[in-house]
Amino acid sequence: MTTTIDRITIDSHDHGDDHDGGRGHDEVHVHDHAEHHGPSGILNWLTTTDHKIIGLSYTVTSVIMLIIGGALAEVIRGQLANPNGHLVTLAQYNELFTMHGSIMIYLFAGPFAFGALANIIVPIQIGAPDMAFPRLNALSYWLYLTGAITMLLGFFVTGGAANFGWVGYAPLSDAIYSPGAGADLWIGGLMLTGFSAIFTGVNICATVFYLRAPGMTLFRMPIFTWNLLVVSILILLAFPVLTAGLIMLYADRHLGTHIFTVVGGGSPVLWQHIFWFWGHPEVYILALPFFGMVTEIIPVFSRKPVFGYKGMIFATLTIAALSLGVWAHHMFTTGVVLLPFFSIMSLLIAVPTGIKIFNWIGSMWRGQIWFSAAMLFSIGFVITFLIGGLTGVYLASPPLDFFTHDTYFIVAHFHSVVMALVIGGMAGLYFWGPKITGYMLNERIGKAQFWLLFIGTQVFTIPQYILGLQGMPRRMAVYPNDPQWQNLNTLSSVGAILIGISTVVFVLNIVASWKKHPAGDNPWDAHTLEWFTTSPPPHHNFFRLPKIRSERPTWDHNHPDAKALAHGKDAH
Amino acid sequence: MRIEAKILISLGLFFGLMCAVYWTWSLENAGGVMMLFGMGLCLLPGSYYYWWSRRMGPRAEDDPNATQESGAGYIDAFPGSSIFPFILGMGAFFVVMAMVFGSWMLIPGLALVIWAALGGIAEGRRGGAR
Repeated sequence: MTTTIDRITIDSHDHGDDHDGGRGHDEVHVHDHAEHHGPSGILNWLTTTDHKIIGLSYTVTSVIMLIIGGALAEVIRGQLANPNGHLVTLAQYNELFTMHGSIMIYLFAGPFAFGALANIIVPIQIGAPDMAFPRLNALSYWLYLTGAITMLLGFFVTGGAANFGWVGYAPLSDAIYSPGAGADLWIGGLMLTGFSAIFTGVNICATVFYLRAPGMTLFRMPIFTWNLLVVSILILLAFPVLTAGLIMLYADRHLGTHIFTVVGGGSPVLWQHIFWFWGHPEVYILALPFFGMVTEIIPVFSRKPVFGYKGMIFATLTIAALSLGVWAHHMFTTGVVLLPFFSIMSLLIAVPTGIKIFNWIGSMWRGQIWFSAAMLFSIGFVITFLIGGLTGVYLASPPLDFFTHDTYFIVAHFHSVVMALVIGGMAGLYFWGPKITGYMLNERIGKAQFWLLFIGTQVFTIPQYILGLQGMPRRMAVYPNDPQWQNLNTLSSVGAILIGISTVVFVLNIVASWKKHPAGDNPWDAHTLEWFTTSPPPHHNFFRLPKIRSERPTWDHNHPDAKALAHGKDAH
Repeated sequence: MRIEAKILISLGLFFGLMCAVYWTWSLENAGGVMMLFGMGLCLLPGSYYYWWSRRMGPRAEDDPNATQESGAGYIDAFPGSSIFPFILGMGAFFVVMAMVFGSWMLIPGLALVIWAALGGIAEGRRGGAR
């Protein structure tokens, strides 16, 4: 069924008997021309084009991927708890670290960042009834799901899953060194999820450009939506490169080409250029949505507007601009890349990221901070990302990178970064969960989960920094029987167990909170348009819309006597 | 629409500048080509939006003083449900399986893709699922 949407203004003048208590806010009632009578049950899931149901499907699928990837990590840490662990064979260990990285990056972090919460929240934040292309949106989800299944099928074929690392470096990933269906399933799964991401990027760009509500100028959009717009542009720049690279890799494996093999005149380093030209923007594609989440959460729980709204936007755009020129800092040790260029660009990109950190602190400064679970997770995100970001600045310096390349220092650095994203994602789930489901999550259990996750993350990563500086290489299933190395590895494994327990606590919280405490429309007294509609929002999102005069339209509506917030030309 | 155009064009010009510096300095072709295409990928939609922004009237969503009445009226038609994205997704899945397990899987894969393409177009033309 197709539904046509009209915005029909009904309450546009002062009168005292309506829902806004006669404050004189002009509101618009949004009417579907046809009521939604779609299929129900599993057929509803298979045929839905509603961005909220698709977003929820993304959320559930990506959290399942997080749990699978996390379970693989626990096995890895179990193996490394002793110098000569026998939990898995050396071959199985290669599969484990490859699939752990692949699942976490390709199947959890990315889809959760720009498929799950973005899908649900972005259209509502700008007052849109749905994504611009609802059927393309549904296709994105099905490609993601089938891509995930394809990659995981590798565990069930002869020869096992892909085992060449999540970066798939040639020639290790070619047909000679990595024969078997597992590697092909890895390539095929990535192609499907890659197209899924590209379609989502197109959809978010079109939605933000064409479906904003009247008065929702670009410089009134919430920072989360801004970040998703920039992420979508980056997706459209980076993902086609990866897809092209995967086609070339497949051609090398099966069609007799020699694009990445020296023997036929190709270049293995070309794969690294292609992979990291996608791979480093991908870091920002992963991180920026979580930056957006905490930028929404921190001001709400500090009872202040965000500090430096426009500065945040320009910092995001600067990160996007620089992110296309930093890829080869992953390739410093190849000896064939321009060290000064990539070092300068990589150091420069720390500046806009630093601006964001200062703005988050500025948003909290002198605020009336409410330490809710979502706020605790947000603060935990800032601290953990700061650790990961600062160690990344060291790695932008070639001499330091030469020293630490392929050691556990690198592993610790990017696990600080990605664990910050997990912590930020939890902040998003505790913040927007009530809006999506209509019910609150238990705050006490949430805070317990936070401390387990936050402390677990630091106990997990900090020993790895020390191990890396002492020279322990990454991707080792066994290591020399040095007591200090063993103690540090055991400590890191304890951190991994704490992280695992925190995940169990999260699942228990969902079970314990299931349909217990109705959330109401705006349980946090939050700022943006998604908090103006019901929890969960109706089909096509709004029954009415408020007047939009700042980046906090819901807050303006609920606090009519407060000082108006406006920027630049918008200040009237 | 003009701000959207300016953002994309600015990004494209920056990528162009970065590409020129990098390519001249490094003489490495792969990165240079990819940055050049990155520039094109920004300038292409950016210049399209700019071209349109000079020809279209102001939109309610670009007006900071717009009232909700100014946006009243027909927005668009949104399909409430459709089976064809699922069918197309399954078709793509079988096509990828054909890359791994044998080309015979292209038969169900392409059949599903063609069914979804034809069905989706027909569904769009008649205005929704039936």
